[in-house]
Amino acid sequence: MINRARIDRLGFWLFWPGMAALLLPFAGVRRSRIALPDAQSLSNTFGNWGYVAGAVYLAVLLAFVVRLSPVWRVGLGGLLCVALVLVTGRGAHLLAPDVAPYGRVSPGAGAWLALAVAGLLWADAMVRLRPPPLWRLATGGAVLGGVCTLIASGYLDDLSVIVEYHNRARSFWSEARAHILLALGSFGVACLIGLPLGLWAAKSRAIRGPLASVLTGLQTIPSIAMFGLMIVPLGWVAANVPGAGAIGISGIGMAPAFLALVLYALLPVVSNTEAGLRAVPPATEEAARAMGLNARQRLWQVEIPLALPVLLTGARIVLVQNIGLATVGALIGAGGFGAFVFQGLGQSAVDLILLGTIPTVALAFMTALLLDTAVALCRKDHR
Amino acid sequence: MIEIKGLSKIYNGERVVDHADMQLETGTITVIVGTSGSGKSTLLRMINRLIDADEGTVLIDGQDTRDMGLDALRRRIGYVIQDHGLFPHWTVARNVATVPKLLGWSAPDIKARVREMLETFQLDPDRYGPRFPHELSGGQAQRVGVARALAARPDMLLMDEPFGALDPVIRAQAQDELRTVQKQFGATVLMVTHDMAEALSLGDKIAVMNAGKIVQIGPPEEIVTRPANPFVRSLIAATDRPFRRLALIGLEDHIVSGTAQGPAIAPDASLADALSQMIWSGRDALPVVDAQTAPDAPAHKIITLRDVLRLGQAQ
Ligand SMILES: Nc1ncnc2c1ncn2[C@@H]1O[C@H](COP(=O)(O)OP(=O)(O)OP(=O)(O)O)[C@@H](O)[C@H]1O
Ligand SMILES: [Mg+2]
Repeated sequence: MINRARIDRLGFWLFWPGMAALLLPFAGVRRSRIALPDAQSLSNTFGNWGYVAGAVYLAVLLAFVVRLSPVWRVGLGGLLCVALVLVTGRGAHLLAPDVAPYGRVSPGAGAWLALAVAGLLWADAMVRLRPPPLWRLATGGAVLGGVCTLIASGYLDDLSVIVEYHNRARSFWSEARAHILLALGSFGVACLIGLPLGLWAAKSRAIRGPLASVLTGLQTIPSIAMFGLMIVPLGWVAANVPGAGAIGISGIGMAPAFLALVLYALLPVVSNTEAGLRAVPPATEEAARAMGLNARQRLWQVEIPLALPVLLTGARIVLVQNIGLATVGALIGAGGFGAFVFQGLGQSAVDLILLGTIPTVALAFMTALLLDTAVALCRKDHR
Repeated sequence: MIEIKGLSKIYNGERVVDHADMQLETGTITVIVGTSGSGKSTLLRMINRLIDADEGTVLIDGQDTRDMGLDALRRRIGYVIQDHGLFPHWTVARNVATVPKLLGWSAPDIKARVREMLETFQLDPDRYGPRFPHELSGGQAQRVGVARALAARPDMLLMDEPFGALDPVIRAQAQDELRTVQKQFGATVLMVTHDMAEALSLGDKIAVMNAGKIVQIGPPEEIVTRPANPFVRSLIAATDRPFRRLALIGLEDHIVSGTAQGPAIAPDASLADALSQMIWSGRDALPVVDAQTAPDAPAHKIITLRDVLRLGQAQ
């Protein structure tokens, strides 16, 4: 009955890892937060219902092997993701009493794999659906909102990452603030410096080469070395410039991390500004001059609007890069989600590492989505 | 009046415009023709100072352009760029409104003027006004470029191949419109074209450029009948010359009395039109009628083949 044309490639290839997920442990139960996990299968957790859940799951995966319309695939994939999260949360709730009060239940390899497969199927369907930019943004917002609601509802409270979150709820939000301040603030400062530099490079051939080499040089310094390098000069400033310490400048902490991020951000900001401005068609530039627009009018009315998509693309690169790099700042005491990651690494506490990693990834993802939408919207008008 | 005196531009040691001299009388159209790379665009750009001349001066009504404010100078000179150069992020209407906006016209005035200009160049304002340049054909974009240049009623107009992408029908219309608009506000026009026929029909004067030099400048008759050198002669193919010349002469002044049979010709036609009708219908004389006269009234005013042949003769 099913001929080859009716089989969906991706659905077919993802079916196998999806099935393998059933053979891997569903959950890991640990006597304490740093103990080694004890694997639990779906049937250990839910009894016979485990088999039912497994069968339904397989049936849904099989449905993806058949060519369905993207709308169906999006709906089904979304439902599958939600169901997997709920089942995982429920399973943790059932297993938790066994190891209370110090034990932890975390999703096992099987649960992670199944979630990854479902997520890929859903994302692929979304891409095929080609929603308009604002819809994509709305979808992203809805997913984020859904996850937050789910966490707030308490349904996932027995999952180890959530336990970890509740234990550190207060420091979580202050680290979040620090992280956003680092990533966004350094982006802002990089723009203040980089936009004029990019403008200058676009207008003057002489400055272009040297500027590019300096900035590229900065970019190639490994991040840990860069953060370390900042300690010396800023420590000197803190010790020798009166008042510097009072406004929070010191050799370690926020200031050197901030500075390092600014330096990293300069290259993409400058080169995108320059590229964007130079991409203005010469005929347009000439017409603008011939119509009697003065230099400032040309910049604001013609050059910047035409360069805007490229500028926003640059902003996207920088912000995503900064959000990721800001984690490293925790190494020199700048705070941010990196603090959890490095503490977790130190204590070999996986939950803590995840507590730092997951929000970082989510933040980067949402930022990218937001800026992609902006780029798509301002490209719509012309070309 | 625009006076161009000894204007030169040197790129990499090469004079791409070489001591150009030219006088553009107020309210006339001067057309520059010449081969590709002969320096036509460069000459044009030196007039509104998009590029600075290396030698020579440009005087507008006796005043050196270097003593004028750059933006003010450019806002009073309409400019049609070779590649239309529309602003891709602005609608057609906003493009046309560029200079009026810079000059601080009121919004209703701008709106009315934009409509008027688009209608003049056969572009329905409701349909094309809100479009972006990438939604136009090449010819439409060129017409918007011309409309934009004329929007603020400039008293001078520089046009670099403004009608290159238009088909012959629209092109003839656009030429007529340009003529009308130019007459209306007495603008001084300097236009570049590759098309000799366009130059002959539009120009009060024609300047021929070759390798940076203006090799001849004069009224169309002079260019056709007394080319200054073999280069100018070569611009008008030998076989075309009699027709080109006849096309420049209206038949009005050469009407004689007599009788002739068959369909009549209008008195505002050219001798070339008359010759063409004679050949096509195999007659050696055509009756000439005004719109008022009945078409088949016995003709007394005629134009004869003998006269056409005499007037077309090389001197
Ligand atoms: N910015 C520049 N730098 C160096 N050379 C230039 C520059 N602009 C123009 N030229 C040269 O000057 C000469 C004249 O160019 P110009 O654009 O005035 O020619 P044109 O007569 O308008 O030709 P076309 O009919 O093809 O438009 C050409 O040989 C061109 O290569
Ligand atoms: Mg040219």
